[in-house]
Amino acid sequence: MTISVAMTVNGKPVSGKVEARTLLVQFLREHLGMTGTHVGCDTSQCGACVVHVDGTSVKSCTMLAVQAEGAKVTTIEGLAASADKLHPMQEAFRDNHALQCGFCTPGMVMSAIDMVKRHNYQLDETTVRHELEGNLCRCTGYHNIVKAILAAAPAMKAAGV
Amino acid sequence: MYDFAYHRPKSLADAATVLKGKDEARPMAGGMTLIPTLKQRLARPTDVVDLGGVKELAGIKVEGSNLVIGAMTKHVTVATSADVKRMIPALADLAGMIGDPAVRNRGTIGGSVANSDPAADYPAAVLGLNATITTNTGKHAADSFFKGLFETALGEGELITSISFPKPDKAAYMKFRNPASRYAMVGVFVAKTGNTVRVAVTGAGPAAFRVKAMEDALAKNFTSEAIKDIKIPADGLNSDIHGSAEYRAHLVGVMARRAVDAANK
Repeated sequence: MTISVAMTVNGKPVSGKVEARTLLVQFLREHLGMTGTHVGCDTSQCGACVVHVDGTSVKSCTMLAVQAEGAKVTTIEGLAASADKLHPMQEAFRDNHALQCGFCTPGMVMSAIDMVKRHNYQLDETTVRHELEGNLCRCTGYHNIVKAILAAAPAMKAAGV
Repeated sequence: MYDFAYHRPKSLADAATVLKGKDEARPMAGGMTLIPTLKQRLARPTDVVDLGGVKELAGIKVEGSNLVIGAMTKHVTVATSADVKRMIPALADLAGMIGDPAVRNRGTIGGSVANSDPAADYPAAVLGLNATITTNTGKHAADSFFKGLFETALGEGELITSISFPKPDKAAYMKFRNPASRYAMVGVFVAKTGNTVRVAVTGAGPAAFRVKAMEDALAKNFTSEAIKDIKIPADGLNSDIHGSAEYRAHLVGVMARRAVDAANK
């Protein structure tokens, strides 16, 4: 079944023809060519595919593209204000060496931003560790990711994002 | 995933109509179980009826001493609702323990209850709180709803519209998570209302079930001490690579005692 779908991705209106079974992550990567969002486990465990749909984090491997009809989607590509100015969360990941291979990083960053906003920019280490249960990293051991998120929370507040 | 015809009805009546004419149609709530099931080709529906556009199914209402939660209400909404926290804090706690934040942003109470996954959390609360399940065709009591592994009293094309939870005097939910998947290896919901106590278990058996021996003991004396010698038979309990039936039987006792202690706090 071919269906026309239209949504806003990173502030730009996009549309395309998809199959009913096309996943949101496939639409982003294969139809729009936005490969920043990764597919890790494809079983909604690892969180590499996390994007924001209407402001909240979702696993885009477990949502159909047609379910995002009319939605506002934000991916990792839509965070930085410009080519030379990263989002405070991206900056904090860089400053704290919160990535090694980088595969999980797009999902980590998207989940982390949602987490900071849900907790009104106030987080402690225990909360961050608990809230990261839907994002798997197999190389950093999480310590620097936790540090980065704790550092980014006040930076995001100061930057008003 | 095999392809299917996709429908997004705007009303419950339309959803029921679409489902009615088709043998192999599946309703989809949050899709947190259905989409992974389709990917693994464990189901092959001809039609998927997405309930995401049916606005009348979402929302939380307080009706007297009952909390009425619409079927399409998301876990995150239940976990953070002021009404739920005030009326039945144990239910908000349970919703906040499901999956992870991204899953809680999509998954719904109706989907979880209709699916009757042996490791799902909500069935324990539905059974433990003696909730009533309202559908587009009638009502079901919790005690006759969960029939077995992925099997409920729902008929062909019958859709849950809301679930009504009576407010207990005290209640708590404790779960022992599988360390990898975070699903309940065993979860126990304990609720005390007047002189009645209900103890409902998820994760341990093919579907959620009650433990009468613990309920009777707790009705006389609502302390964890009162149930410390009650052993759960392992017969018929789930046994897999994550834990044997005997291990799960043991966990039921541990989680029940922790839940009673938490309810008394």
